[in-house]
Amino acid sequence: MDLSSINWILLLASLMVAATPILLAGVGELVTERAGVLNLGVEGMMITGAICGFAIGVETNSAILGFVAAALAGAALSMLFGLLTQYLLSNQVATGLALTLFGLGLSALIGQGYIGIKGLEVAKIHIPLLSDIPVLGPILFRHDAMVYVSIFIVAGVWATLRYTRAGLILRAVGENHDAAHALGYKVVRIRLMAIAFGGACAGLGGAYLSLVRVPQWTEGMTAGAGWIALALVVFASWKPWRILIGAYLFGGLTVLQLNLQAAGMKVPVEYLAMSPYLVTILVLVIMSSGRGRAHLNAPAELGRSFHASS
Amino acid sequence: MNLTKLLAGTALALGLATAAAAQDKTKVGFIFVGPVGDGGWTYEHNEGRLAVEEHFGDKVETVYQESVPEGADAERAMTQMALGGADLIFTTSFGYMDPTINVAAKFPDVKFEHATGFKRADNVSTYSARFYEGRAVQGHIAGKMTKTNKIGYIGSFPIPEVIRGINSAYIHAKKVNPDVEFSIVWAYTWFDPAKEADAAKALIEQGADVILQHTDSTAPQAAAQEAGNVITFGQASDMAEYAPMPRVSSIIDNWAPYYIDRVQAVMDGTWESTDTWDGIGPGMVEIGEITDAVPAELKAEAEALRDSIGAGEYHPFTGPINKQDGTAWLAEGEVADDGTLAGMNFYVEGLTGDIPQ
Repeated sequence: MDLSSINWILLLASLMVAATPILLAGVGELVTERAGVLNLGVEGMMITGAICGFAIGVETNSAILGFVAAALAGAALSMLFGLLTQYLLSNQVATGLALTLFGLGLSALIGQGYIGIKGLEVAKIHIPLLSDIPVLGPILFRHDAMVYVSIFIVAGVWATLRYTRAGLILRAVGENHDAAHALGYKVVRIRLMAIAFGGACAGLGGAYLSLVRVPQWTEGMTAGAGWIALALVVFASWKPWRILIGAYLFGGLTVLQLNLQAAGMKVPVEYLAMSPYLVTILVLVIMSSGRGRAHLNAPAELGRSFHASS
Repeated sequence: MNLTKLLAGTALALGLATAAAAQDKTKVGFIFVGPVGDGGWTYEHNEGRLAVEEHFGDKVETVYQESVPEGADAERAMTQMALGGADLIFTTSFGYMDPTINVAAKFPDVKFEHATGFKRADNVSTYSARFYEGRAVQGHIAGKMTKTNKIGYIGSFPIPEVIRGINSAYIHAKKVNPDVEFSIVWAYTWFDPAKEADAAKALIEQGADVILQHTDSTAPQAAAQEAGNVITFGQASDMAEYAPMPRVSSIIDNWAPYYIDRVQAVMDGTWESTDTWDGIGPGMVEIGEITDAVPAELKAEAEALRDSIGAGEYHPFTGPINKQDGTAWLAEGEVADDGTLAGMNFYVEGLTGDIPQ
């Protein structure tokens, strides 16, 4: 094995890039689930965001417009889910699965004309001064803007849920929608907003794949990232910063195992290939089991429909 | 009572009528491992399907299902297709081998064609292309073009088809550049653009300036383009949108003539279980245009190599070749037999690392 051939600084830097799509999708789903809604359509919203972001980005030659379009597309698709589950009271699990299938098909349809088209260059931001710090500079401070946006979103979600009245109301709706309704909160409206936020974040995550990480459009390019984001929410026991840890751990191990393979590491490749899944689950489970009340973290009304008459 | 009888009678008549109508048309099914828009492997199989439709027009009806996982779910998809009245089903990935054999046993009247496998039955044929012939041309170009002497290779699964390609590329790169080294990364997927891009980036970061891929998407091409001074080759499809750099050439699978042949055989009632393995000569494997990024002299050499393989004058696995552990495999001038090639599970001498078992 020749570990010296691995450029550790570049590896740690690419970790953040590899983790950003699932981080964005995961934190969006966290907000949705904290409001008591289980949306299994993350994969479908991600891939729709991926193609809409790519298409608009290429047409307008602007990555920013691409990301905005992706967020809007993800939110729009999630509103379909919102309409079905919140007003028509359909089963959330079935509707979410249908949303994934619908999103995969819709994105393939929209993407017909975009196969094989080159993506655009998304500029990397070198933060002045900070990016010149040896080692830490290239790892942390020389990324494209979306990497920082994703961290801001996580911080924002954490602060909102913990310190603001809006966060309290959102959690109340997720914990006991009847009580929240009795207090005069519009349960359905609040849930719709949470669903839209989740959809927008998933859309951004998908667009990050098609605009930055890969960067091109290919049918089915999310290849299961949405499901990983969903699992991440559960293993992070619905806490924003744990999603960040989980996503970076997963992204980091994914990149690391490919690097170790390329360097000729004498460990069976099967173990390397499964390590991201295994280690991420292990670490998050251990973190969540500490105080023996992990089950309390699940929103009490997760996946249950609300109607004012009941 | 009368009404029930009438309805039953009508239904029966309708059923017979549709059955009769269905007999006129030959129904051909395709099981795809990725989406038809992957730009690579599945894309070319779908082109073959479209060629069948074009060739036979109204006499044929094709159905397909894409992104079918290799495993138990594949059996469900095939069974559904067979129950739906398909006369001939092409299953187009190595991992469908056992599911194809299982389902074929249940539907003796339906003909099956499994790509790249080695298990056959009375109603199961196998077909594959000698991609390794194209890999020899790639290896030749790669060995001459590399400046860092490091070539990255993204493998999908450690199956004979992929290992053959690695060996063939390595032998021919080594022949023109004795210092060349191969770094092999197993992605354990046929299609995952993000992972393929990551694998390509990891290889490039470690100094590889040629990336060969045996996965289906164009993501490694995009990664190489971003990196700049890295060359790649189109896999399964031309991937010409990345020419002239990074994509300097490609291996193209051309399934259309074979598919048309086999559908014709079913129509004529002459279909029987066969094992087809064609290469550059019959046109099942094509070498995509070599771009100007390659020096003219090297381009001519590569084309000469292609032509001599196509004409059957040269076999990419011609001795002396040793296995990785140093034991002799082929003596001077000896040519590998198809049996060994079909089940190839060893690296040739000089390659480092172990094949995951």
